[in-house]
Amino acid sequence: MTVTVLDHAADMSLRASSPGAAIALRGVTKAFGAHRVLHGIDLDIEAGAFVAIVGRSGCGKSTLLRLLAGLDRPSDGSIAIDRQAQGWQDVVRLMFQEPRLLPWQRVVHNVEVGLTHARNKRDRRQQAEDALVQVGLDGRGRHWPAVLSGGQKQRVALARALVSHPRLLLLDEPLGALDALTRIEMQDLVANVWQSKGFTAVVVTHDVSEAVALADRVLLLEDGTVAMDVPVHLPRPRRRGDRKASEIEGALLRRLLQR
Amino acid sequence: MNRILPWLVPIVVLLAWQAGSQFGVIQANVLPAPSAVAQAGWHLARTGELWTNIEVSAARALLGFAVGGGIGFTLGMMNGLSSLSETLTDSTLQMLRNIPHLALIPLVILWFGIDEQAKIFLVALGVFFPIYVNTQHGVRSVDPHLLEMGRAYGMSEAGLFLRVVLPGALPSIFVGLRYGLGIMWLTLIVAETISASSGIGYMAMNAREFMQVDVVVFSILVYAALGKLADSIGRLLERTTLSWNPVYAKA
Repeated sequence: MTVTVLDHAADMSLRASSPGAAIALRGVTKAFGAHRVLHGIDLDIEAGAFVAIVGRSGCGKSTLLRLLAGLDRPSDGSIAIDRQAQGWQDVVRLMFQEPRLLPWQRVVHNVEVGLTHARNKRDRRQQAEDALVQVGLDGRGRHWPAVLSGGQKQRVALARALVSHPRLLLLDEPLGALDALTRIEMQDLVANVWQSKGFTAVVVTHDVSEAVALADRVLLLEDGTVAMDVPVHLPRPRRRGDRKASEIEGALLRRLLQR
Repeated sequence: MNRILPWLVPIVVLLAWQAGSQFGVIQANVLPAPSAVAQAGWHLARTGELWTNIEVSAARALLGFAVGGGIGFTLGMMNGLSSLSETLTDSTLQMLRNIPHLALIPLVILWFGIDEQAKIFLVALGVFFPIYVNTQHGVRSVDPHLLEMGRAYGMSEAGLFLRVVLPGALPSIFVGLRYGLGIMWLTLIVAETISASSGIGYMAMNAREFMQVDVVVFSILVYAALGKLADSIGRLLERTTLSWNPVYAKA
């Protein structure tokens, strides 16, 4: 997989010193009615980091991601991205569990959905084409989503998320529905893009080995609080079946299976 | 081969019909031979009577369809998008829907006489409900995941409507459209047969008075052809606008 680094001068000038956003959560609580999903989470994520959040179903990991995406508001506490309490939705992009492509728009137009604020039409088209090259879907722009495989659809979704050069990329189990090999390819793709572009990435997953393969830091969420915060200092590109990685996976799994 | 097969049954029926008339099995005053019907049609076309009547009927049909379909589409959209609008109007509309619109003919004649408005009103009323119900259903069945994606990617309300809601509702809207086209002709035939001084229905009723069975049969065939034409246009529109959908792309 070749990865092209794309940098647009205009976008670069808009950015602060780092292309990634720093995140700060203070006492973030989220309740749905009487049911509290998140309990006063304090968390700092440095700019450009790759963080994975793991946990059992219902531990609140997806809720946390939705709060970061601005799709929900916290019941209590504050979220700051780049030290701003609001108005950061434009620098954040979210990749969903499903590709969520518009079936009535061709692939390239689906990618252009990510460019809501882009100036002229030709610019938009060019950026969308570039993003497709980046995810290895060169020349697929005129296809309908219906003819793509599951993995290809998720690549289009990734291109759509990346096309606006977000400072924070959120991934909500985006690889859960893919087969094992496609999944590994996609993990490598995400890791490569992250390395070349330097945005901050937060991935939610129930797959511990995926978390360890991707992230520099793995947070284990339990009952709406951060129960473990594990750094992953492993060289990239990461090899599957690494002994050190297995140790970290083991520690996380033991905690997950404790109850 | 697949292009010829659908025509096989009609051709066989037509041949049997012609043969039956020829050998006196079918009485000419019950059902004239296809050749006689064709002759009557040719005569009507030559005198120009046919074209004037088709024009009048088509104008009524389209105007009624535009009015009824337009209102149905607008209300369907509103009630699909806003629950307030739905709570306000939907139960009333559902109540009205259960009145067969042709039952209103006596009332409509009292209101409008046998003028153009009467026919257009009936057609509009008949077309309204299938378009309304299917538009509303289409909007309702738009994938909420796609709406959430649109919002998360900063689409404006107008963008969300044009890029997500409308295309998502379109397959269902087309079902309503094609169903509405059928109702449109049905209503017009009834309305023109009961009270009219022009149009294909009038042509048929007029011919009945003079026992011109061939003209009556021919008028019925014209209705069939017009109905089929409208449906084909509907299908064509469906295929071109829904080409993204593999179900329609193949056809």
